[in-house]
Amino acid sequence: MKKTGAQIIIDALIQENVEVLFGYPGGVVIPIFDVLYDTKEIKFILTRHEQAAAHAADGYARATGKVGVCLATSGPGATNLMTGIATAYLDSIPIVAITGQVASPLLGTDAFQEADIVGISRPITKHNFLVKSVSELPGVLKKAFHIAKTGRPGPVLVDIPVDVSRAELENYQYPQTVSIRSYKPNINGNFRQIKRAVEAIEASKKPVVFAGGGIILSGANEELLEFAKTTNIPVTTSLMGLGAFPGDHDLFIGMPGMHGAKAANYALQECDLIISIGARFDDRVTGYVAKFAPNARIIHMDIDPAAISKIIKVDIPVVGDAKNILSSLIKIVKKRDPDSWNEQVMKWKGDALFSYIKSEKEIKPQAVIEALYKETAGEAIIATEVGQNQMWAAQYYKYKKPRTLLTSGGLGTMGYGMPAAMGAAMAFPDSVVVDIAGDGSIQMNIQELATLSINQIPVKILILNNYYLGMVRQWQDLFYDRRYSATCLLGDYNGAQNAGSGNFSSKYIPDFITLATSYNVAAFRAEKSDEIVSVLKKGLAVKGPAVMEFIVSPEENVFPMVPAGKPLDEILEG
Amino acid sequence: MSIHTISVLVENNSGALSRVAGLFSSRGYNISSLTVAETEDSAISRMTIVVDGEESILEQITKQLNRLIDVIKVIDFLDDPFIQREVLLLRVESSKNNRHEIIELGNIFKARIAAVTHTSVTFELTGNRQEIEDFILMVKPYGIKELVRSGTIAITKPKK
Repeated sequence: MKKTGAQIIIDALIQENVEVLFGYPGGVVIPIFDVLYDTKEIKFILTRHEQAAAHAADGYARATGKVGVCLATSGPGATNLMTGIATAYLDSIPIVAITGQVASPLLGTDAFQEADIVGISRPITKHNFLVKSVSELPGVLKKAFHIAKTGRPGPVLVDIPVDVSRAELENYQYPQTVSIRSYKPNINGNFRQIKRAVEAIEASKKPVVFAGGGIILSGANEELLEFAKTTNIPVTTSLMGLGAFPGDHDLFIGMPGMHGAKAANYALQECDLIISIGARFDDRVTGYVAKFAPNARIIHMDIDPAAISKIIKVDIPVVGDAKNILSSLIKIVKKRDPDSWNEQVMKWKGDALFSYIKSEKEIKPQAVIEALYKETAGEAIIATEVGQNQMWAAQYYKYKKPRTLLTSGGLGTMGYGMPAAMGAAMAFPDSVVVDIAGDGSIQMNIQELATLSINQIPVKILILNNYYLGMVRQWQDLFYDRRYSATCLLGDYNGAQNAGSGNFSSKYIPDFITLATSYNVAAFRAEKSDEIVSVLKKGLAVKGPAVMEFIVSPEENVFPMVPAGKPLDEILEG
Repeated sequence: MSIHTISVLVENNSGALSRVAGLFSSRGYNISSLTVAETEDSAISRMTIVVDGEESILEQITKQLNRLIDVIKVIDFLDDPFIQREVLLLRVESSKNNRHEIIELGNIFKARIAAVTHTSVTFELTGNRQEIEDFILMVKPYGIKELVRSGTIAITKPKK
């Protein structure tokens, strides 16, 4: 069948079962949008900034496991996608970004809205393509989806000059199969290595499972649960792995690292074997690398050979897909009964993984998250921004299922949460989707309130307003002699002091309630601790989007904390 | 630090060179030499990269090269015996008085004479890195006008 490049792009998305597309129009993508105008199969969401389109595609991908797709024009449209693409890259999230490009003859001439997008995106994509002729287009799009979702997933960008979108291709057919000779991810773990891993597990007296986002990406959560139940080995998960193992399970000991649970950090430091599955030993997890888990042998199972021994020297590497490896593992591993090691770990765990000093008057941010957990029965999909809000969301909400925490773990992107929640809510309109935000982060993509409002996307935005860029302020508090340089959003340090705890300051700009109202989004504010539950109830009861603002104790810090560069067992407890 | 010669077989695509080079430049590593050309299969190019760096980091880079979609195969010649060659084009100042002496020097190194004028001799020399560097050192006192090196290419030694 004869089709134009633009028709081929949209047809490819339909063939790839894309249900929703996030994007923003512009000069060189008008032909694509023109085709979209008549397309019933794909729901298009017009964001108010391209960055949000990339994050929304990412949030959709994290919540569903499918490939998220975003579309932007050349030049500034495409550069605005970059933060979203880098966010997806560092967390191995499959998205396909389609960007328009100036017409082929103009490439490299500094044409209007021209930027070298394949050049700019090269180090932050798994792969990218500049399409030089319409005949390449079907194959490139097929490859883009294939590369994005297989192996270690990641973002793929396809840059399409406008003349390619306009050109016609005779006998178009979307390819059914794809073969790339230089790309054959190894998904089945080497059986000999798996046997070595089992021997090490059975010989270990003090084993710990350290599971990461790879469990979620490969859908291996049930296998992980079965492995843990069979062996009774305590499980810690990285931030990216929260939800990979039930957060309310007895064997769960929280996430490790800088703001991790004491139980997880002590267990890693004291254990004699780490069974790492789909985690990459990020520096926020290991603390001081030379003193990380000094007595432990390390089994590292990962789909990416380049992740093995990158930070920590690995004793038994197993390269492959987590689900495949774990399936083989549980067939041969022997049952292990809880022993004195389990007792020790449970002693570290105590009654709760995390605790804070409660208050009757002022609102403690941790209390808000705990209340949210109760009000949503632990069933919500949570997106977060970055900073203190993110850490409290990780500590005080128990994630029972995979794909229920959407957070920018690797890149740490402020402004990620609201658009990511939007992506998730498009996929699961009947689920409760909450963005846990700080007053700083939320302003980085605040314009998306318009997108939520116009499309009535039922995202609930929970703002912990402490008048500060809280995480940086916390570092300034602990390590920079309380010199709060550029972290008070009231404009000066004294401002925040005078605003006091738990009182809304009329000096705060913006007034989130008025702001949300102007977007026609319902908004509620709590200033005292006895208002937490009622504001949550009101906000969660709204059918469409809603803002719930909590004026929290301004100088609350996230604890426990392992200062950067210290070993995991040197923990500050506030 | 140690000098590695790394050979990368890549799909002959427009972005491939920049992807490969990016893995070095993002770490602030300077590539000492890089040659790229088609192989016996015109769809595949071979890049030969000579780089000086930390052993563990180069091992990381090698793994990450393998991860690139366009990369078919990576060989770090540290592990295998290999044959390496480089081509040098070197123009040295010369006059009537020392022309014989300079040409004699070239002969010792088996350098070919590519051009001669009243004021210069241009040599062409093929050899391994060490031979090239030795020759440059010997010719230097006469005054090097211009020097062009091709960068190293390498191939594994055949198994007997």
